[in-house]
Amino acid sequence: MSGHSTYQPKSGAMKWLERRLPIASLVHSSFVAYPTPRNLNYWWTFGGILSFMLGVQIVTGVVLAMHYTPHVDLAFKSVEGIMRDVNYGWLLRYLHANGAAMFFLAVYIHIFRGMYYGSYKEPREVLWILGVIIYLLMMATGFMGYVLPWGQMSFWAATVITNLFSAIPLVGDTIVTWLWGGYAVGNPTLNRFYSLHYLLPFVIAGVVVLHVWALHVAGQNNPAGIEPKTDKDTVPFTPYATVKDAFFVACFCVLFAWFVFYIPNYLGHADNYIPANPAQTPAEIVPEWYYLPFYAILRSIPNKLLGVTALFSSILILAFLPWLDTSKVRSARYRPLYRQFFWLFVISAIGLGYLGSKPPEGIYVILSRILTLYYFAYFIIVLPLLGFFEKTKPLPHSIAESVLKEGVPLGASAPSSRAKA
Amino acid sequence: MTTVSSADHTRRDFLYVATGAVGAVGAAAVLVPLISQMNPDASTIAAGAPIQVDLSPIADGQIIKVFWRSKPVFIFHRTKHDIELAQKVDVNSLPDPVPDSERVQKGHEQWLVVIGICTHLGCIPLPHQGEFDGWFCPCHGSQYDSAGRIRKGPAPKNLYLPPYKFVSDTKIQIG
Ligand code: HEM
Ligand code: FES
Repeated sequence: MSGHSTYQPKSGAMKWLERRLPIASLVHSSFVAYPTPRNLNYWWTFGGILSFMLGVQIVTGVVLAMHYTPHVDLAFKSVEGIMRDVNYGWLLRYLHANGAAMFFLAVYIHIFRGMYYGSYKEPREVLWILGVIIYLLMMATGFMGYVLPWGQMSFWAATVITNLFSAIPLVGDTIVTWLWGGYAVGNPTLNRFYSLHYLLPFVIAGVVVLHVWALHVAGQNNPAGIEPKTDKDTVPFTPYATVKDAFFVACFCVLFAWFVFYIPNYLGHADNYIPANPAQTPAEIVPEWYYLPFYAILRSIPNKLLGVTALFSSILILAFLPWLDTSKVRSARYRPLYRQFFWLFVISAIGLGYLGSKPPEGIYVILSRILTLYYFAYFIIVLPLLGFFEKTKPLPHSIAESVLKEGVPLGASAPSSRAKA
Repeated sequence: MTTVSSADHTRRDFLYVATGAVGAVGAAAVLVPLISQMNPDASTIAAGAPIQVDLSPIADGQIIKVFWRSKPVFIFHRTKHDIELAQKVDVNSLPDPVPDSERVQKGHEQWLVVIGICTHLGCIPLPHQGEFDGWFCPCHGSQYDSAGRIRKGPAPKNLYLPPYKFVSDTKIQIG
């Protein structure tokens, strides 16, 4: 493909380096000359946003760690110290706490984007599974981070989530004691969660490298869901994708800043400003918003083992998506029926999130059951069958054809044809 | 030629297998401390010593909460009415069928001692709430009766009984 490894070091120093560690040419071929489909829309900027947010979490996290004390008697106090005494501590903590929420917002959009445009299909299965692994690691990291301030919600979230493992037959209780390092959630638990909360983001960074590697082997998918055939179908990563990504990262930061500066506690729970009390469960416990759909699935099933199994399966099933979807056509643009089921899926996921925040009684339970049913049916009934029954629309012959008419872009300006138009 | 290379092979094969075997045993041996360090340490276990509780100040119908091994333990001084309700239910209709007589100690039917941790996901149920004269768990709505048995909701088991014995008529030792 065009532009691959065309890097020629110019200065003497770069030539010297190139012979010893060809890092400049690696960066050049991956992020400068790298050909990206010319029809990418803004939904493709979320990968960049996610990398940016990981950086934000690591920088603010490392700084918070300089002021935080992982001990049951001091953790809450040290977080209050960060809020009141540490210079700009309030800002750093609000950036970190809201940054986690923004990180999840971005990952959900990124995942739905992949589902809409069929980005998980051949040859991007490994790329997709690496994404699911990153998502799981993010969930573990976010959960353990939420425990660190040692407020009421921290403590009881830690209790409920670790107890999920007690549903495992025979060895469940042994595993839970092992996770706690005691007979209840306590100081050993807080200590190990802190250690792992510090570690996992760097593991995520490692898997992100694999994810991007797999992406650069398979190439990016695009809104048309067809592979680039000629140079006309692609544009070089720099400046086109770089500018687009940077622009949207900046827009995303406006939203982020709005949360941080205007409603920094909106997404949190007031009870987490009460120090942890192992003798008193709060009147209602709800997880952070980004776990709510799964919490609703757990609660919709009135049996412990089945509920926990459903919770874990609802996440793990994502990894099997490439094989559950039997349609050869990738993009929902050319799949009229799939598109409707997809949007129903989005609505049911958001609906489950809403229901997860409501008390588990009456109509809320019934609705949770219906939506849980659809959530699973989407994966194990709708997607496998749709591939056989759906009549898809004809695909364009090339990416260029899908966005250009006789060399002139449809709608907004496309780069190279600007001069011609 | 062939003989030489095959002789080479057998010696190298032996080294491979021997090194691999020693390596595997070594890796497995290293896993033991790495996993075991996460279990409760000596001081945590030592802190789990038995405790004694004086029952005399607990009024009729009152439920108190004490801590043993950092777990809450409910001590319920049951009234006649509570006991009757607990004995009356059809045991076979219960999700975790156990008669009231196995939930308390003989001759001390007015004292129910249970671990105050919901068997669903570990919240502390609220005393004197719910439909069954016992506890209600605020987390996902499990309900326990006046014998601490699960009656409704997602919890699979009755509230667990801690090991305890009566040292006198008004004093118990838990643990
Ligand atoms: C994947 C990236 C990360 C995510 C999603 C994440 C998430 C979280 C969350 C949700 C909290 C609780 C915030 C609150 O309500 O107060 C938290 C706290 C904390 N995190 Fe992270 N974190 C990440 C990376 C890091 C890193 C790399 C470090 C350290 C090197 C770190 C150190 C801390 C510390 C010290 C706290 C406690 C202070 C506080 O509660 O604000 N985090 N994290
Ligand atoms: S923890 Fe009590 S009902 Fe879930």
